[in-house]
Amino acid sequence: MPDLRPLFAPKGVVVAGVSTHPGKFGFVSLHNILACGFDGPIYGLAREAGEVLGVEILDSATKIPQDSAELLFICTPPALNEQLLRDCAARGVKAAFCAAGGYSEAGPEGIEAEARLVALADELGIVLAGPNGQGVVSPPAKLCAQIVAPYPPAGSIAIASQSGNFVSSFNNYARQSGIGVSRSVSAGNAAATGLIDYLEWFATDDETSVSLIYVEGIEDGREFYDRVSAISKIKPIVVLKGGATSGGQAAAASHTGALATDDAVFDGMARQAGLIRAATVEEAFETAATFATQPLPQGRNVAVLTTAGGWGVVTADALTSATNVDLAPLPDDLKAALDEKLPPRWSKNNPIDLAGGETRDTIPEVMELIAEHPDIDAIVYLGLGIQSNTADLLRTGGYYPDHGIERIVDYHERQDTRFAEAAADLSQRTAKPILTATELAVAQPENPGVAAVRNSGRLCYPTSNRAVTALDHLAWYAEYRAKRG
Amino acid sequence: MPTLSEADSRTLVADAGVPVSAFLTVTSPDDLIDLDFPVVAKLCGASIAHKSERGLVRLGITNADELRHAVTDLLAAATPDDGEVSVLISTMIEGRRELIAGLTTDPQFGPTVMLGFGGILAEAVADVTFRLAPVSAIDAADMIDELSAQKLLGEFRGEDAIDRESLIAVLVGLGELGATRSDIAAIDLNPLIIADGKPVAVDALVEMH
Repeated sequence: MPDLRPLFAPKGVVVAGVSTHPGKFGFVSLHNILACGFDGPIYGLAREAGEVLGVEILDSATKIPQDSAELLFICTPPALNEQLLRDCAARGVKAAFCAAGGYSEAGPEGIEAEARLVALADELGIVLAGPNGQGVVSPPAKLCAQIVAPYPPAGSIAIASQSGNFVSSFNNYARQSGIGVSRSVSAGNAAATGLIDYLEWFATDDETSVSLIYVEGIEDGREFYDRVSAISKIKPIVVLKGGATSGGQAAAASHTGALATDDAVFDGMARQAGLIRAATVEEAFETAATFATQPLPQGRNVAVLTTAGGWGVVTADALTSATNVDLAPLPDDLKAALDEKLPPRWSKNNPIDLAGGETRDTIPEVMELIAEHPDIDAIVYLGLGIQSNTADLLRTGGYYPDHGIERIVDYHERQDTRFAEAAADLSQRTAKPILTATELAVAQPENPGVAAVRNSGRLCYPTSNRAVTALDHLAWYAEYRAKRG
Repeated sequence: MPTLSEADSRTLVADAGVPVSAFLTVTSPDDLIDLDFPVVAKLCGASIAHKSERGLVRLGITNADELRHAVTDLLAAATPDDGEVSVLISTMIEGRRELIAGLTTDPQFGPTVMLGFGGILAEAVADVTFRLAPVSAIDAADMIDELSAQKLLGEFRGEDAIDRESLIAVLVGLGELGATRSDIAAIDLNPLIIADGKPVAVDALVEMH
């Protein structure tokens, strides 16, 4: 297995094809590396020596100080790149990301050029990523070597994609949600390094807890299956598959063949291999984010804790129709313990609906009782942020801070912060997933409750359905692993 | 692609552990011996794939006279294109639930095992699931759990719940064939009737590469 460390955590970076024109890849990539704070040596290569963005531009790769840069970012056309690769290898470069196009995507000549580049990289012992890709991002290494913008916060989701745009989408979701990324790479033409190579390295990468991939085409299905089956037993892999509805084999003679659409077979393969398949882009990200931030559930029994009725009912519906999680029956001793804490009108069932009966410490206390109960494996918590949502209008409505408003606003906001912190602390302490869902995650992202979830390093789910979907995937994976030892 | 006759197909899958209804083949009405009725009679030959469409299946035969007539008629219905033929006589299996199981060669993933609900609506409903061959007992159990119409797998209108171990054995057997017999392109067990809770193949078609 190739060591991709020089690609994702290089000692220094060389950008080849640096331009003074801010619209060119050779400018933008250098800019992004600088702007995101890469703290190793940075060199530029161009036809003419000079300076761009304060970086010294060399007119020959032979002038790069020996062993000072490990990653080469290529924005130069195919005709120049073989010599470039040789010269850089001689100066100690160990990995190249080729953003430049003009290779196999561009016809017969490009195909030949790509084959030569791959053979040369192989001969030189250089890891070659791309060509024709957006770039590579690695926040733990402060690396943003890409021709597009989204630079996510550091976290433990590793992304590899056959479409550069989906790398950007996932990185943008990471920016929005605060759930960070360890590595992200657009495979481009994947001439030498493909999705499966990235996945194998991610499995060994200490910064990565979960991989997230976008797949369109697989060259050798069996090989993909065999390799990915081994990796999924080390770390979870979330898959978004493009072309999911493409037609089956219309001409198949057997009934079995006629029913074997591409998607149905891919789906079976994914389940057999332990891949977590997401139906949509946001589901893919949120599922990966949940793997990255929540413990795996040890069973199927989910409790819903809600401050109001309707939310709980809809969440109960979602749990009931989910495949791998269930709405837990409320244990008698837990019910008795909750009776001690709650006024008589509470639901006395799961969903545990507090029916507005909570006082200052009710939510953290009740949540603790539920989380600590051995028959409960996970909690979905609803209702966070309403107090702060009320406080928001009190603060901005024109009467603040008079009439005692300031004090109550502070109280509301402190309470929501406490609740979010309690959810994270209890989850950590009990090793059970506790997922918080509220539309305020998108409607009022600055809400102190929502912000506190984010600060706790967790995802605040925009709907309980989406929380249940993510939890369902975690439960499936936990069972897959448990069944196979 | 060439196919095996139903009799050869049945023998091949039975050797891999798939329960098939008891059967024998005859080439003349004079060959008939004592049988437990009711039985089914079908024209059988390597080139005959779509028996029902051609009216080459006689169901619910209850006595020797009927059977003699059926065998005579079926042999007479053979055309020169059918090549060498016989009549396959098998025990009539009763059950309300029909599954379909099989093996197909996926262009991307190779030999692949399928399980689904069968019957005339099988392709329209497409409640099916796949795994790559070979299939472990755990994979096979997952396949059964994955079918949407789970209620049909339990006790159903006075019939027993489906015996999971027997069905797992069918899927594992198909997976073994897929993994070890590269000359096999596809297998259809359609239908796989659930009788007293156990799956029994009452038809089998093996396609060779």
